[in-house]
Amino acid sequence: MTSTPISAEPLPGAAAPHSAQQEKRRRTLSALAFVGPAVFFLLVWTVYPTIYTITRSFFGKSGFSSFVGIDNYKTLFSDHVIRTAIKNNFIWVVIVPFAVTFLGLIFAVLTERIRWATAFKVVVFAPLAISLFATGVMWRVMYQKDPSQGAINAAVKAVSDEFSKPGTLTGAQGSSPKLVPAHGGIQLNQTVQPGGTALLGLTAIPAPDVPAGAKQAVHPQPKSGAITGVVWRDFKPGGGTPGKVESQELGLPGVTVVLRDANDKKVQSAKTGADGSFAFDGVGSGSYHVAISKSTFAKGFAGINWLGGSLITLSMIIAYLWASAGFAMVVIGAGLASIPRDTLEAARTDGATEFQVFRRVTVPLLAPVLTVVLVTQVIGILKLFDIVYSIAPGSTINNATLLAYEMYRRSFLQNDFGLGSAVATFILVLVIPILVLRIRDFRREV
Amino acid sequence: MRYTLALIAVLALLAAGCGGGGSKKSSSGGGGGNSNVKGSVTMIAVWTGAEQAAFQAVLNGFKSKYPSVKVTYQAQKDPASFLSTAVEGGKPPDLAALPAPGIIKGFVGRGLKPLDFAKSTISANYAPGWLNAGTFDGKLYGLFFKGANKSTVWYNVKAFKDAGVTPPKTWDDLLKDAKTLKASGVDAYSIGGSDGWTLTDLFENIYLRQAGPDMYDKLTQHQIKWTDASVKQALTTMAQVIGDANNIPGGTSQALQTDFPTSVTQVFTSPPKAGMVFEGDFVAGVITSSTKAKAKTDFDVFDFPQIGSSSSDAVLGGGDGVVMFKDNPATEALIKYLASSDAQEIWAKRGGYTAPNKNVDPSVYPDAITRAAAQGIAKSGFRFDMSDQMPAAFGSDAEFSDLQNFLKNPKDVNGAAAQLEADAAKAFK
Repeated sequence: MTSTPISAEPLPGAAAPHSAQQEKRRRTLSALAFVGPAVFFLLVWTVYPTIYTITRSFFGKSGFSSFVGIDNYKTLFSDHVIRTAIKNNFIWVVIVPFAVTFLGLIFAVLTERIRWATAFKVVVFAPLAISLFATGVMWRVMYQKDPSQGAINAAVKAVSDEFSKPGTLTGAQGSSPKLVPAHGGIQLNQTVQPGGTALLGLTAIPAPDVPAGAKQAVHPQPKSGAITGVVWRDFKPGGGTPGKVESQELGLPGVTVVLRDANDKKVQSAKTGADGSFAFDGVGSGSYHVAISKSTFAKGFAGINWLGGSLITLSMIIAYLWASAGFAMVVIGAGLASIPRDTLEAARTDGATEFQVFRRVTVPLLAPVLTVVLVTQVIGILKLFDIVYSIAPGSTINNATLLAYEMYRRSFLQNDFGLGSAVATFILVLVIPILVLRIRDFRREV
Repeated sequence: MRYTLALIAVLALLAAGCGGGGSKKSSSGGGGGNSNVKGSVTMIAVWTGAEQAAFQAVLNGFKSKYPSVKVTYQAQKDPASFLSTAVEGGKPPDLAALPAPGIIKGFVGRGLKPLDFAKSTISANYAPGWLNAGTFDGKLYGLFFKGANKSTVWYNVKAFKDAGVTPPKTWDDLLKDAKTLKASGVDAYSIGGSDGWTLTDLFENIYLRQAGPDMYDKLTQHQIKWTDASVKQALTTMAQVIGDANNIPGGTSQALQTDFPTSVTQVFTSPPKAGMVFEGDFVAGVITSSTKAKAKTDFDVFDFPQIGSSSSDAVLGGGDGVVMFKDNPATEALIKYLASSDAQEIWAKRGGYTAPNKNVDPSVYPDAITRAAAQGIAKSGFRFDMSDQMPAAFGSDAEFSDLQNFLKNPKDVNGAAAQLEADAAKAFK
């Protein structure tokens, strides 16, 4: 840019002795005119803020009146949240640029071979047109744990419920301490002899969950040689007396009740009627356990905790990959298009398989492009903020945090511009080696 | 090159924009009488939409009293961040409303002017808790203009009726009702654990009642440690609610992902996921804007239950405090005006507002629910939200995650107290 000659020849009619000097001055002036504005804006918006930030990082909360030396940097490496941010940034930098490049490479190669390639490209590229913040908001909604809110867990639930059906009374509990959990269901902790009765009262059943056709529960009548009982919703407004069948309390029809002998071996099973009653007839003498089967309480799929502390980083990475794969695909696709076809043909003629062509010819020829994608991604990740801000809920932000988020949090939320500047300076230090590499590449290309 | 040119064009536009903004004049007038007070005042606050219209109405009332003062109000989504940047850059607005005394404290010594000229007016019109919350190092810096009563619990009327329970007056009744609600098939407590402040409010309501206002003030100033027996007792009491995971929709892990608005709406959907939610009077606004529930028939409110022999005067609240960066007759007149019941009645009439000035006529409130909330925060036992009064690094950050960890593991009272103390000690240094 600076070496562009404005006019190579002296203007006709100009005096010869002056021309060399004049030419030089004019060149300098025009060079200044071109470079000046850029330099000015660089100074104002890049150099000055950088120097200001670095200086500010040696001062405390209250401004330039409180010099604290390297205290902010000590905090930077001792504060456990910022240390998590450094660790997370490391994980991101190690995994994500390679994952993005790999995905981009696969998509780019695929689009060369499939039909509807343009449509495919549009679909993969479209997320790039959405701001990263909106991407985060969208994924946060999809990641909700409750399958009735989060799309991803809803999809998993649709599949998992096919294999393990949820029971009819998932949230129910025994109404009195006499009912204890056993075999995955609920069991009466006292044994029952033939001629005895079993009262299996359940609570914590929302009124809409009571099966249709339920009738008022009836206290069971003892019957010789049989064990009779009732399963009912042991609740009426105000609570009622637990363990007692009262008016307004409905029987629970269609519940499977199991009879087990003293050795815990299943002897019989029965289903309850409309009033919740059941009977085991022809029971031999002995002591038996009466229990409501496990299947009644089988909980459906409760949802994967995508936004919980242990999965949050993975969840954010997935959202980021979704947003960035398109960029890598387009850049690598352009690189692929410029690979000389005859080289590939030559390899194929020499008997290389398609995979060998890809590994030994395509990838090495693409190396410069792949490096560009990698480096851009590393820089992008060191300053990544929106994804953390929009996806991580307050309760796991400390597990999810990255350096750029800490820079924001310390400065603007905690009002500590000193520490915030120290984090910013630290990010700058991390970016510099990558920038140097990038500039070197750039020079080589020029 | 093309890009450089475009960039320069954009930057030039930006520069022009900045210049325009900076060229605003703010002259300071003199004189004593109303019409003699001249000048212009700039003010920022978080109020937008209907709230902005209401505040503009309040400002119009000022305009009719001081016709020569021009007040320019600007809504800022996050006034605290905006102000940090503005102060750091040396150009703060003349007045700003901030949501927490802890944030106000952060600006003391960075250009904040004391409001001592209005002290007598405020102490005559406000409960002492409001004055204390705005006072730092013996000087008054914050005037609370908009209040919130945080000692309220909102419940689903139908769920309570189905379960046959009535709003509890005491903590023991609350626990009993919760059991009955569960037996009826509705989880009792909706906990918005994704937002840490809902947990600090719950803790503070318990602590204020159990340990009393004097201990509350001491803990606020960190004059006693968080490992104190009173804190552990309050945490143990809190665990009776947040540790009852079976009685929280989706259990603890779901509660940690439930943000405040969801914690409200899930109580008032049909069928409800939970029976009640602990939070301040502003819950009413969330209910009416995000659900179809109607006051009294679908939703209602009761005062936070008393614990042991606590006084019914004990009320927790919060509010937006107005601070001043420039002292001249115009700004001082506006501060005095905002403290007056005249100004606050203008907004109170429009609804969605709880006046901290105790001399505001209760009859101006549009409904009984806000009226009751306003009478609560005028009581002498009123205390300002503790976490809001503490340094932001603790009260608006570390304390949140510490209580979220406690929600995760409610059995570890000693561990939670120790972690709270460690973080508080760091922030109070």
